[in-house]
Amino acid sequence: MTQDTASVSVRDLHLAFGAVEVLKGLNVETAPGEFLVLLGPSGCGKSTLLNCIAGLLEITDGQIWIKGKNVTWEEPKDRGIGMVFQSYALYPQMSVRGNLAFGLKNQRMPKAQIEERIARAARILQIEDYLDRKPAALSGGQRQRVAIGRALVRDVDVFLFDEPLSNLDAKLRAELRVELKRLHAQLENTMIYVTHDQIEALTLADRIAVMRGGVIQQLDTPLTIYNRPANLFVAGFIGSPAMSMLSGRVEGGRFHVGTQSLDLGGYDGEVPARLDPAILGLRPEHVEIVEGQGGPGGLLATVDIDEPMGADSLLWLDVEGQKMSARIPVERSLRRGTEVRVVPVMDKASLFDAESEQRI
Amino acid sequence: MANPATLSAAVAAADAIPGADPGGPRGARPRRALSRGNVFLYGTLLVAALYYALPLYVMIVTSLKGMPEIRLGNIFAPPVEVTFQPWVKAWGEACTGLNCDGLSRGFWNSVRILVPSVILSIAVASVNGYALANWRFRGSETFFVILIFGAFIPYQVMLYPLVIILRELGIYGTLWGLILVHTIFGMPILTLLFRNYFTSIPEELFKAARVDGAGFWAIYFKIMMPMSLPIFVVATIIQVTGIWNDFLFGVVYTRPENYPMTVQLNNIVNSVQGVKEYNVNMAATLLTGLVPLAIYFVSGKLFVRGIAAGAVKG
Amino acid sequence: MPSVTDTPSGPRTRTARPSQLFRNLNAKLASIPMILTAMGVFVGGTIWTVVYSFTDSKLLPRERWIGFDQYERLWGTNRWLISIENLLIYGSLSLIFSLVIGFLLAALLDQKIRFEDAFRTIFLYPFALSFIVTGLVWQWLLNPDFGVQSVIRALGWESFDFDPLYNPQIVIYGVLIAGLWQGTGLIMCLMLAGLRGIDEDIWKASRIDGIPMWKTYLFIVIPMMRPVFVTTLVLITSGIVKLYDLIVAQTGGGPGIASEVPAKYVYDLMFQAQNLGQGFAASTMMLLTVAIILIPWAYLEFGGKRRG
Repeated sequence: MTQDTASVSVRDLHLAFGAVEVLKGLNVETAPGEFLVLLGPSGCGKSTLLNCIAGLLEITDGQIWIKGKNVTWEEPKDRGIGMVFQSYALYPQMSVRGNLAFGLKNQRMPKAQIEERIARAARILQIEDYLDRKPAALSGGQRQRVAIGRALVRDVDVFLFDEPLSNLDAKLRAELRVELKRLHAQLENTMIYVTHDQIEALTLADRIAVMRGGVIQQLDTPLTIYNRPANLFVAGFIGSPAMSMLSGRVEGGRFHVGTQSLDLGGYDGEVPARLDPAILGLRPEHVEIVEGQGGPGGLLATVDIDEPMGADSLLWLDVEGQKMSARIPVERSLRRGTEVRVVPVMDKASLFDAESEQRI
Repeated sequence: MANPATLSAAVAAADAIPGADPGGPRGARPRRALSRGNVFLYGTLLVAALYYALPLYVMIVTSLKGMPEIRLGNIFAPPVEVTFQPWVKAWGEACTGLNCDGLSRGFWNSVRILVPSVILSIAVASVNGYALANWRFRGSETFFVILIFGAFIPYQVMLYPLVIILRELGIYGTLWGLILVHTIFGMPILTLLFRNYFTSIPEELFKAARVDGAGFWAIYFKIMMPMSLPIFVVATIIQVTGIWNDFLFGVVYTRPENYPMTVQLNNIVNSVQGVKEYNVNMAATLLTGLVPLAIYFVSGKLFVRGIAAGAVKG
Repeated sequence: MPSVTDTPSGPRTRTARPSQLFRNLNAKLASIPMILTAMGVFVGGTIWTVVYSFTDSKLLPRERWIGFDQYERLWGTNRWLISIENLLIYGSLSLIFSLVIGFLLAALLDQKIRFEDAFRTIFLYPFALSFIVTGLVWQWLLNPDFGVQSVIRALGWESFDFDPLYNPQIVIYGVLIAGLWQGTGLIMCLMLAGLRGIDEDIWKASRIDGIPMWKTYLFIVIPMMRPVFVTTLVLITSGIVKLYDLIVAQTGGGPGIASEVPAKYVYDLMFQAQNLGQGFAASTMMLLTVAIILIPWAYLEFGGKRRG
């Protein structure tokens, strides 16, 4: 049975506050040692789902299994989980050592063993030097390490992270992201990680669950989610700068935009004979820009604005009155009003049914 | 820079911008200490301060004068001959209608009422506020709203039902009866105070403690209480002044031998027997006001915070 | 790995949950005092008093129903009518003066003055004192033979006449002076907190626009302080209805019955005159007064938002 092999298994989970349905029949399973990221805009239910797994919220219906045990009605402490919060949630009146020991003391663990656990966690997280400081005397990054340490000392199989890096500045966030990944590789625990930051999701996750409105939109590897988004929402949410969406229709193996059309040959999927309306999604890095009107294929476009971003430039284009963007080398600056040809890399494009919003 | 007057008026900072005209304003703007606005401002404040401060002053000087001096002089004059006799008499010998052992009896009664009332009411209300903030259950908010609205019900409406309740419990007329009454009527404001404070503590802290395996009481004693010392101090200030200053409950729910200090003070001063000894009366009044005044002057900002929070109590 | 679980089929439906009654048990136990107080004393006690106001209870409560007789008698009693009149005068004046003085003092203190803490300490200390102490001090200050009146006469103004405690016509104003002395400090404090809560940029903007200070206060600041005014208003009014100790200490209701108030009427009828029914009827009227003030306020404050 799956509950033997799955580390965390959420089955048909419903949560409602009064008449408001927050989570609508979710099903998620993680393999042992997997790093699962719950990603979505605020209010999508990702933190709520995490709180349900932790047992901090009473679910309305469904089941939660952790390591082959039905924990649906268990107290948080009995679920074998550790949790790290966005605001760190360190107990301000206790020293770092006290913070780490609190959970173990509640388990009535012998003192010597507590010391041992704290020493181990402190070594892994490199917080040995400030074990006797109060949280107020620590920097943001140090606090977050202590918060992770608090989960670490409990020696649990499943770590839950609730936007742990959101309160840090960009530079520190990038550093800790790498450290988290290293920590995961070292510990091999199951980790469930909530974030609204797609970079974190794409870099850390083994699999990503993209959520919206209490429903999982797509649950897959980062690469698949990036290259083959299941629907318009996932396509628009993942990727920065966002995927360009061209409205048109499919007919005779070609995508028609206004008076122009584009050959859909090489598309990764079955192109329907006729689809109207349809949307063609193109990532900025998956289009080629050819200067001049001549040449075969592609769409004719006018340069609107050129945004140099350091390593490359983002080119905003006008195609038949629709906006789209393309990534070009920064040296290739193109002036406003230049006529260019846009040639998509068709096997990386995504075609959507505009009505069902699903990918074809 | 055509109009330096408007310019300098518009610049909030005192130092003016060095203008093109070398003869123009330069450096810090001169300030007159005795401008008309300042005279009005400080004048009004001083007059107001006089109104508030004079009664305390009169109380003190009157209590230090002998009766002959009071009969001859005016109440604002400082004592010619300072005597502490009125204080001694007020504390140990002044007569109520019943007995003549002064305010000391009332003082100790008040202390015996105060200490358990403060401890009990704060203990009950803080745990209750904590439950309301972090462990809501079906109906908890409804009871809380009723409790808060109850704070606005005139005490007179509930006076007699409480007499019956205390009589049924067998503690009517005793100190414990009054302690219970103070706990009951302190509950709305204190519960509100603690609930709001505990709600302001980040919920993630509470969640973290639950994941760490702490239960209802462990979280209260080990996480919430150590983080909330200021609010416990505020609650103590509210309760000590409130209970010390109470008159109505004292007179309704205790027997004369257990009367708190305020009731005894009123009985001494407004006793119709004998010659009025104003100096003793003022000494007694000051003695009664000493405890809350001491708390007020010592606690300062916290007292202000307490009354702002306790404002609902009315 | 063994997958033995406590519930063989696993929790699926709501009906199979552990008993709701014992969930969160500690929180429920901790709330028992609140529930008993709210329901037993506040709701139960109030209903009890209202119900027994329709009986002819004398020394002890008894269930002999007499309809509205107690209320008729109440409104036919001169002492009650004087009590109500006093409360109206004291109440309206106390409301106006508290708000005006409180706001003025707060506005003055907000002018970045020197010795702000000292002034505030002086304005507020009477609030720490009980109404009994307040009443007794002012009884002494207003004593016609030794107090303010005699001092001013001694200064040469022989005809000066200010004798509120012995003059039934103006006794309630004597109480008012004492009441304001005790209570305005609190109002000032709340107003000051309200003023401090106003964005500094408002002042900068009005200064740049060249709006005079009094206009800024009147048309910008005061409207912004609406919540503070509402709070203080509710506070003052609910305090006024409870006016009791001050009267007992300062005038004892005298001279004669000139300074009687409803709260004193209730106490005297219940515990001195042994006429419980009258006391219940009078206290029910007090409750009604508070309800008339409170219900519209509660409706305005919480009605729209559905929040307790």
